[in-house]
Amino acid sequence: MIKIVKRDQPSRAIFFFTPVLAIFLTLVAGGLIFFILGFKPFEALKFFFIVPIADKYGFSELLLKATPLCLIAIGLSFCFKSNNWNIGAEGQLTFGAIVSGGVALLFYEQEGFYILPIVILAGAIGGMLYASIPAILKTYFNTNEILVSLMLVYVSKLILDYLVVGPWSNPEGFNFPETRQFSDSAKLPLLFEGLRIHAGIFLALAAVVISWFVFYKTYLGFQMKVSGFSLKTAKYAGYKGKKMIILVFLISGACAGLAGVGEITGPIGQLHREISPDYGFTAIIVAFLGRLHPVGIIFASLVVAITYLGAETAQIFMQIPKYTGQVFQGMILFFLLASDYLLFFKIKFIGLKK
Amino acid sequence: MHKIFIRSFVSSLVLLFTLTVAAIAKDVKAAFVYIGPTGDHGWTYQHDVGRKAVEAAGFKTTYVEGVPESADAERVLRQLANSGHDIIFTTSFGYMNPTNKVAKEFPNVKFEHATGYKREHANVSTYAARFYEGRTILGTIAGTMTKSNVIGYVASFPIPEVIRGINSFTLAAQKVNPNIKTKIVWAFTWYDPGKEAEAAKALIDQGADVIAQHTDSTAIVQMAEKAGVYAFGQASDMDKFAPKAVLTSVENNWGPYYVDRVKAVANGTWNQKDTWHGIGDGMVVISDLDSQMPADLRSKVKKLQADLASGKVHSFTGPIYDQKGNLMVAEGKTADDGMLAGMMTYVKGVEGDIPK
Repeated sequence: MIKIVKRDQPSRAIFFFTPVLAIFLTLVAGGLIFFILGFKPFEALKFFFIVPIADKYGFSELLLKATPLCLIAIGLSFCFKSNNWNIGAEGQLTFGAIVSGGVALLFYEQEGFYILPIVILAGAIGGMLYASIPAILKTYFNTNEILVSLMLVYVSKLILDYLVVGPWSNPEGFNFPETRQFSDSAKLPLLFEGLRIHAGIFLALAAVVISWFVFYKTYLGFQMKVSGFSLKTAKYAGYKGKKMIILVFLISGACAGLAGVGEITGPIGQLHREISPDYGFTAIIVAFLGRLHPVGIIFASLVVAITYLGAETAQIFMQIPKYTGQVFQGMILFFLLASDYLLFFKIKFIGLKK
Repeated sequence: MHKIFIRSFVSSLVLLFTLTVAAIAKDVKAAFVYIGPTGDHGWTYQHDVGRKAVEAAGFKTTYVEGVPESADAERVLRQLANSGHDIIFTTSFGYMNPTNKVAKEFPNVKFEHATGYKREHANVSTYAARFYEGRTILGTIAGTMTKSNVIGYVASFPIPEVIRGINSFTLAAQKVNPNIKTKIVWAFTWYDPGKEAEAAKALIDQGADVIAQHTDSTAIVQMAEKAGVYAFGQASDMDKFAPKAVLTSVENNWGPYYVDRVKAVANGTWNQKDTWHGIGDGMVVISDLDSQMPADLRSKVKKLQADLASGKVHSFTGPIYDQKGNLMVAEGKTADDGMLAGMMTYVKGVEGDIPK
């Protein structure tokens, strides 16, 4: 007989085991879906998860794809750990890209070592500014940050539309909605000849290290953790809640803004309407799959990045619809949330007496 | 011995020749990169109809749908070029820079970019259709069928392609009905059924009884059907989605061009080109005319279609004035391709300003 028993305390081992379980279940369910669609499940999974990263180029593309996801997810983990539900990283990414792209366009046709740092800084500031809106509204006017941050995503995209269609559009570009190409001084250097992986990956790695330090070695990290468990306790302990809310939003916005910088000064090299395939939203999955832990987020960003690459490869070689990539992302989150049940409950097998 | 040698030599030559011919004819592989899903019944759907024509002509094809114009486009293109495709069609404007970038790395692969203007390498061609010719037909129908003299137009983005369509449509409508006004709603999307339906509703609420569209979904014709006004299908024949509302559709017919270009690769005659084909070359096709249209209008449209095809009629024939009354094209002259390519001013009779 099977009996479900509530745990006295959430299990720590299960806490880190469920993401692995979720990925495993996603693979099984994915294989099943492929089978139902009439594809050979193992071959499909091979084209989905192995073929795209089997060579040096593929692996570099994986890192390129994982970089913005990791960076944003690290930023989001500051918010999520402290009970602040910033859903608008996509907007912060977009606004960061707008500010940094604007600066890069100012330096159009100029060369100089000082340009890139200014462009990067501008992106971080842009992201912070944009994230400060839901933060300030939450702290001083008690608004719901989920709604405000989400709605601001659409606002940021409209601002970008307006700029690339109108005032910032390339004067030699026949009025198509895109800006000039940035000068080389405003672009992140490539790490290897012939590959697209760029110096932005160091920003992501730095974010990982800094976040680990803040989470586990500082008073701020402790405060965030306490606020995450119980806001009342935090208040009772005398933490300055408002200050912390604004701080975590600023950190999160800066990370998302930097991810935007990485895209436009990296592989894209200009501003146009579509600078991100919704990295800001996908990074939410990454943050939770990585259990809001810096190292976990690295692995999670790689796993989610591969669903993008795999979907392309599977369509090219096996004619599997590309949108299965999104199905996989959805399944990972679903199975993760579902298996979190095991965190709080355990399943006991009780032998029947004969 | 000698004879046998010659015979086997000749026969092996013949064999080699047939094998080579077979290899050339069969082994050319074409790839297509789509911005949307193949089931959008608009832009991407029609490109996929073109791809199927290439398959029917005996070539292998591959496609990737829903490729965003972000950094991802470049990777998809490189992967296609790397996996044995000889010609790659990139079917959205936003693929322009990635197409040229990847073309540089793969000089032996041919690239065909739709609706762009950059041909930075010898292996990049561009192609587009003169959709504005189709809009001359639609304008003629709209100007005749409207009772409120207000015609609605759902536009996507303020780029020359779209402005040209609005102008061509309005000029034709004015010709048959000088009192009409064209009201524009900018949806700022190519494909978003929700937004498109809202835009159509806003126009209908403002009194428009004919709705034209330069976005890709079927939401607008369906909204028109519900509201009991007329509409036109975009990119594909949308009659089945709104049989009462749709008077006709302007279809994008890419098949002949695609087959032509893939065959050119097979024959080794592919060369760099900038193609801009209209009704005459069959790249723009007018669907069946609805029987709700009076018979004399239908025969008038048929004649106009033939005249546009033969070049006897040009969509932009002077005198054409802009909104302020300045002369754009003098009497008896027609707008040249350069002017059409960069057209960013409304003609007289269009309401509102171009968003800047």
